[in-house]
Order: sequence, then C-alpha cells, then structure tokens
Amino acid sequence: MSDPPASMRINLRVWRQASGGAPGRMESYCIENVSPDMSFLEMLDILNEELVGAGEDPVAFDHDCREGICGACSLVIDGQAHGPEQGTTVCQLHMRRYADGDTIAVEPWRADAFPVVKDLVVDRSAFDRIMASGGFISTHTGSAPDANAILVPKTEAERAMDAAACIGCGACAAACPNASAMLFVSAKVAHLALLPQGQPERDGRAIAMVHAMDEEGFGNCSNHFECEAACPKEISVDNIALLNREFLRASVTSRSDA
Amino acid sequence: MATEQSNGTHAALDARCPAGPIEGRWDKRRFDVKLVNPANKRKFHVLVVGTGLAGSSAAASLAELGYEVTTVCIQDSPRRAHSIAAQGGINAAKNYPNDGDSIYRLFYDTVKGGDFRARESNVYRLAQVSNTIIDQCAAQGVPFAREYGGVLANRSFGGAQVSRTFYARGQTGQQLLLGAYSALMRQVGAGRVKLFPRREMLELVTVDGIARGIICRNLVSGAYERYAADAVLLCTGGYGNVFYLSTNAKACNVTAAWRAHRRGAFFANPCFTQIHPTCIPVAGEHQAKLTLMSESLRNDGRVWVPKSSGDSRRAADIPDAERDYYLERRYPSFGNLVPRDVASRAAKERCDEGYGVGSSGKAVFLDFRDAIKRDGENAVRQRYGNLFQMYEKITAEDPYQVPMRIYPAVHYTMGGLWVNYDLETTVPGLFALGEANFSDHGANRLGASALMQGLADGYFIAPYTVGGHFAGRKIEPISTDHPAFGEVERDAVERTDRLLGVGGRRSADTFHRALGQIMWEGCGMARNEAGLKQAVESIRALRGEFWEDLRVAGHRQEFNQNLEHAGRVADFLEFAEVFAADALGRRESCGGHFREESQTEDNEARRDDENFCYAAAWEHRGEGAEPAMHKEALQFEYVPLTQRSYK
Repeated sequence: MSDPPASMRINLRVWRQASGGAPGRMESYCIENVSPDMSFLEMLDILNEELVGAGEDPVAFDHDCREGICGACSLVIDGQAHGPEQGTTVCQLHMRRYADGDTIAVEPWRADAFPVVKDLVVDRSAFDRIMASGGFISTHTGSAPDANAILVPKTEAERAMDAAACIGCGACAAACPNASAMLFVSAKVAHLALLPQGQPERDGRAIAMVHAMDEEGFGNCSNHFECEAACPKEISVDNIALLNREFLRASVTSRSDA
Repeated sequence: MATEQSNGTHAALDARCPAGPIEGRWDKRRFDVKLVNPANKRKFHVLVVGTGLAGSSAAASLAELGYEVTTVCIQDSPRRAHSIAAQGGINAAKNYPNDGDSIYRLFYDTVKGGDFRARESNVYRLAQVSNTIIDQCAAQGVPFAREYGGVLANRSFGGAQVSRTFYARGQTGQQLLLGAYSALMRQVGAGRVKLFPRREMLELVTVDGIARGIICRNLVSGAYERYAADAVLLCTGGYGNVFYLSTNAKACNVTAAWRAHRRGAFFANPCFTQIHPTCIPVAGEHQAKLTLMSESLRNDGRVWVPKSSGDSRRAADIPDAERDYYLERRYPSFGNLVPRDVASRAAKERCDEGYGVGSSGKAVFLDFRDAIKRDGENAVRQRYGNLFQMYEKITAEDPYQVPMRIYPAVHYTMGGLWVNYDLETTVPGLFALGEANFSDHGANRLGASALMQGLADGYFIAPYTVGGHFAGRKIEPISTDHPAFGEVERDAVERTDRLLGVGGRRSADTFHRALGQIMWEGCGMARNEAGLKQAVESIRALRGEFWEDLRVAGHRQEFNQNLEHAGRVADFLEFAEVFAADALGRRESCGGHFREESQTEDNEARRDDENFCYAAAWEHRGEGAEPAMHKEALQFEYVPLTQRSYK
C-alpha cells in the first residue's frame, strides 16, 4: 500500500490584489506539513485557514468541482496556466509533483479581456458574451425531430466531441502571448460545424463569434500553440485552422445579413 | 392550521395529480392548465435561480415561450453549475436497442428502484418525456456517442436490464449542460433572458403568501440586490455538502432551499441521501472533496476484498481462492451491478468487519484484471480511459496494473423541497426543479436518472405548469420598492452582520468539517435510534459553538469567499437537525435510508409499508420552535409494493 505520507514545506509567492482597480503585488507565504497526497487547491485551503486564524485576508481563488470539469479554477503556476502537468486543471494537480522546500509562484490569468476581480479571481464573462453571439444551434424546446432522424457518422461525432470537451476555463487565452481566445472560439465553432445539426447557422456563427471575440479585446493568433499546451482538455490547434477556414468561407459565401 | 385528510395526507400537501389512467394524466393536466395568451406572456416575469440542467433548460424554454426571464447563478458562468460533473449518462425509454424497453418499464424500474417512496404520477410523466429530452439534446448538437451507422449508441447502466442510457464519453453531464447553456445564451443574446452570475440567493420574498422575488448578495461587490418576479423557480441542486465530504462541488449548498423553507416551503424527505459506491477513498485529513468514479465501471470491474482480515499483500499476490467477491457472492443474479444503495452498504459492511484494504482500511478493490484479460487493455481503455486517467492523477496508481480502491461517498440527495404535480412548492408561485425538489426518485435514485429529471423539469414540465400559475391566479404587479423587499433584505443583512460579528477563533471550514463528521457517523450509510439522537444533540451543540466561536475574515461589502462559506455552513447547521429528525422518525429501511433496527435476518433492508408509505414534509414553525412533520400518503396503483431483491 502507499507509503506513510511525508511532510513538506512549501514556499508560496502569491499574487494579492484587493480589487479590480487596486494595485497588486506578490506576497510570500510558507506552508508546513504539506502532504504529497494533497491537491494544490487543498494546500491553498490550508494557507487560507492559517490566514483566517491570523486575522488576515484569505487568498481569493475560483474553484468548484475540484475534479477537472467545471473550468472554474484558473491559476498560473510558475508561469504556466494550470501548472506543470499536461492535460490537467489546477484542481487535479497534486503536491507529490513538488519537493520539500520548493518555491511556487501563483498568479491569476493574465489577459486584458479577463480583468482581475480579486487576488487570483478574474472575470471571464467575455466568454459568455462570445457564446451568446452565436455559440448555439437555434432549436426551440419541443421542435426537435426524433434523435435518430439525423444520422451522424461516428467519426464526425467523435471529432465534434473532441472539440466540445472544452471546459471554458480560459487557460488558452491566459497562456497565449497575444491573449488570443482563438482556441476557445474555434472549439465551439468546430463542435457545431462538424455536426449536421449545426449546418443551417454555420456561416453566421463563425462570423458572429469571431467578431464578438475581437470586440472583447482578445488578441490575434500568431501560431505559438501555447494554448494547446496549456489546455486541460488537450483541445487541438487544428480547430483554429478549421475556424480560419470557416471564417474565410463564410466571409466569401454568406450574404451580408449573415 | 390545516389538518390531516382521510387518506393520511396533510391538506397543504395535495399533490394535485390528475385522476384517470396513468398514461393520460400528463395530457390531462396540460389540457386543464389555463393558457397564457401569447401577447400577455411578456408581461410575466420569471426568476430562475441556478443554471444547472434544470435552471438553464427552464430559463431558455420559458424565454422561448415569450416570458420575461431573469436568471441568477452562484458561479462566474452559468456553464459551471455542478450538473457538469455528471459522468455516466442519461436514461430514456427510446428502446432503440430493441431490447424490450418502454415508457412503462422505465416508470416501473424508477418506482421500484426508488423503493416505493416516489409518486407514481410524477414518475410516469418523467418516463414519458424522457424520449423528447434526447431529441432536444441531439438537435442542440450534444455529441452523444454513436454507432458506425450514425445512430445513437446506448449502454446498460447501474444495473438496468435494458440498455437505455445515452452518453457522451464520460462527460454526459457536461455536454447536456453545454446544450442547455447554449440555449440559455441564445436567449441572453436575444435580450430575452437577463443573466446575473456571481449572485447568491439569501432570501425568498413573499407577499400575501405568494413568492414575489428574492434577495441576492452580489458576490463581487458584496451589495444586497432585490429581484422581483411573478414566479420564482429554485433550481439550486442538492444538499450533499451537509456531509462536508461529498462528490458535490464546493459551492453546492442548501441555502436557497433552506431560506425558502423558512419562508413557508415544506422540505420533504431530507434524510433520503444517495451514497454512491464507487468513489476514490479519503486520503487524509486535508481532504476537501471526494471524486466519483463512474458507476459504468461496475459493468466490467469486479468488486472484492481479501478473505482474511488484515491481509496486507499486494492485490496481485492474493490468489482468486483467497478473494471474496462479496457482491457476486451475496447477489448472484445482479452481482457487481446491484443498485447503488445495496453496493454501498455491502462495502461498508466488509470494511466495518475489518476486511477493508488500503492504508485506512476504508476501501474495497474494483478490479479490471479479468476484463483486461478478456477484452484486451485497448478495449478497456476505450471504454474508461478518461476515468482511469482521472484515478491515476489523484492516487498515483495505475488501474491497468493494480485494482482501483473505492469507497462509498455522498453523491446525491433525493430529498428536497416538497412539490406538487406542477412542481410548485407549498408557497404559491415558488417552484422547485431538478435535484432541489423531492419528487421523482423516492428513497434511491437510479443511475443516469438525475440528468433525465433535471431536463424533464426544465424543458418540458415547468414551462407548462408555471403558465398555470399566471393564468390561474390574480397576480398584482410588484416592484422591488414593496416594503416586503426592504424587510427581507434587512433580515439578510442582519444575518450577515451577525456572522461577521461573532468574533471568535474558529473558521467556518472547521465547523463544516465537524458537522460532516457528525452527519457521516450518525446519519450516514447505516442509522439507528441512539446514533440519530446523538447526532441531533451534537448538531445543536455545534450550532451553539458556531455562533459563539466563529471567525469570519473581512467585511460584507467586498468579494469575500470566507463570508459566503460561513453563511452556507450556518444554514447547513440548521438544516442538519431536520435531516436527523427525519431519519429518526422513519423507523424503516428504504432505499438509501438504512435503519439498523429494520433489517431482515440476512441483513438486507426491510421496508415498512404499513407505517411509512408516505413522503415526510417538514414545516418550519418559527425560530426555536420544533418543526412539524406532515405526511403525503403514497398510493401505488400500478407498481405493486414488493420488497426489492437482487439476490
């Protein structure tokens, strides 16, 4: 069975910022008795318990499901969105990854379109607005045909699922040197463009979502592929190529009211 | 106060189920509900609290109908509601595999699986609309698993004898929620839904006994906000986090439902909790959250413990003859696929007897050795790859090489706000949808039925029945300037100030953990009178300590997660007592509620239909007063009352 848990001392440098407009700074903390079986967020829980005990303000951070699916957690750890492990969210990162005495820097997502709310919490409502601009198939409740009336080839369904696995965490934009949201937008456009149900609104969707993305102040894609490396669901940058094709195709073929 | 009716049901608890053959009841109800003139719909304002499957689908569907809709959610985006974490699938009676499924069979299985503590009419309707849900979701672009010919794939799930579960890899909840969220965002984009994320409902506002709005705390600014409406829909999920450790997301809480309860909504069957058999065991004191491993794993994994107590050999070194495949031994016909409550209790029984594995002894093996040998590692990887990967990330063990260690954990709550057939609570104009209500799963929920129920309520039931409220009652226009909003807002602010003003030494989290310990010990998988009485005492004592020794950081007019948590723990501490009282009063075993005093000679649950064939609905009777329990008698006209047997 597993060895008795060793205990580590971890030095943290954490971004503290009282509110959106306030100046921020890195603060240092030392945490004793960190178990290797602890998740990274459980370590932050301990830090916060200590801060509350000392009458200080605990560190604000977004988290919810703690199993890598809700997309709430959003930390840049030692310069990497979601930390050092491939294909994981911060909540799935465990302290066994670190050694006794390590120093770890923790920062919020950095992107103009994701303003800081407090400490490590940012405002990602830009993604919701992009979705509202066209990230859907217009099907009134009750108007759907039998689910098997429209066949979807298994391979296409699988590709659509690969893209649909995006959890909307924003790591792509946080990791991108241009703070581009192309991976997020392309994943949604690809998911729906690959399915027969998504065809009727295909052109308008690509154009509307790209425009909405630009309006939110996200940067352009210049093929760094940092987004794919940071993505906890390993969404492929192939989707960005698909988005570019969709956008070009729509720009050429669609009528002006699309 | 109204009294008991001749059938044993409290007068306020008239479920208003239509009469007649069960197949026609929903049609009848839909016909009888008065319609709102299309031109008038925009004059009615619906407030939807919560944006999980039930809330998103209801908000989108009501806006499509033309109502003015406002929706609030606790998360930073509606897409993050906890429905997203559901893994396994969603049931429907499509009978695409041609294996004998039907609406009637899904209805029958759900009533029986719920151990005869759900309302037949509601469950039948759920089975009826199940097929339309799949149609709706497929049309929205939910990427369900497909066969090579392009049709939808199905699997058997959670012990069902037919393959009626639709799924999208191990992420069905996520994909269904993204479908409902996209429908919601379409309405937001069109200006027909106003969306307010990062808002927490702290109070229900009633005027003349009718729900007319809520008070929220803006979690970013700390401001208290008033929302007025003509109907309020609570789609706020379950209360599993009363146990502290559960598979629920950290923000899941009872506050919205509890606050509504204190304003007049009866709370039904709070003790009906589902303990899911396949979760990753607790690793240490630091643990803040438990992780579920999908039940689908039991399709191929075999559950066992060593035959000799304290056997510390590696799993691979224990020969078959020295392994106890206890589910296959006790339940030869269902084996590893017995329902959740049965599997959970069997695991606890083995561990309590000293046969548990792992450093804590609180775990059993879920072994894929034979499946890998039979089908090959690739086939197993295709089916469960993401789950195996999730397990390895958390435990640092490779389940292709060594068996998983699993243990039961709190997962879902069947209890919730009492609702009638229209999903309306005992407060007129206040509806409860999804896990927040109590109606469809009885004492035990079947796998892949939570998603079905949330979407049924939101897409296909509430949009009709809420209209009945508007068309059937005189509803005066209201604004947030009404004095009722001021009063209730003052209550909410005062409560927050009380939390901040205690000025003690202990954090909300330590109280929450202590409460979880009390609940797990006294109100967990097996309950008895002495333990439950002790739990009530302990909860009261802990609540006393909470209000004397709590320390909350910061202020209320700021982003303050510590304060949010403290408020939720305060409500859990009140709610827990009703939970324990409910478990104490129900001196029978049924579904997830196992009373040690009520078992058969071979330690199986013994239901007592003579005395307990009812839903228990609790009424709040004021601060410090004992709550009153009222009964809604349950009739079974279609599914004969039988003891469940999975032998």
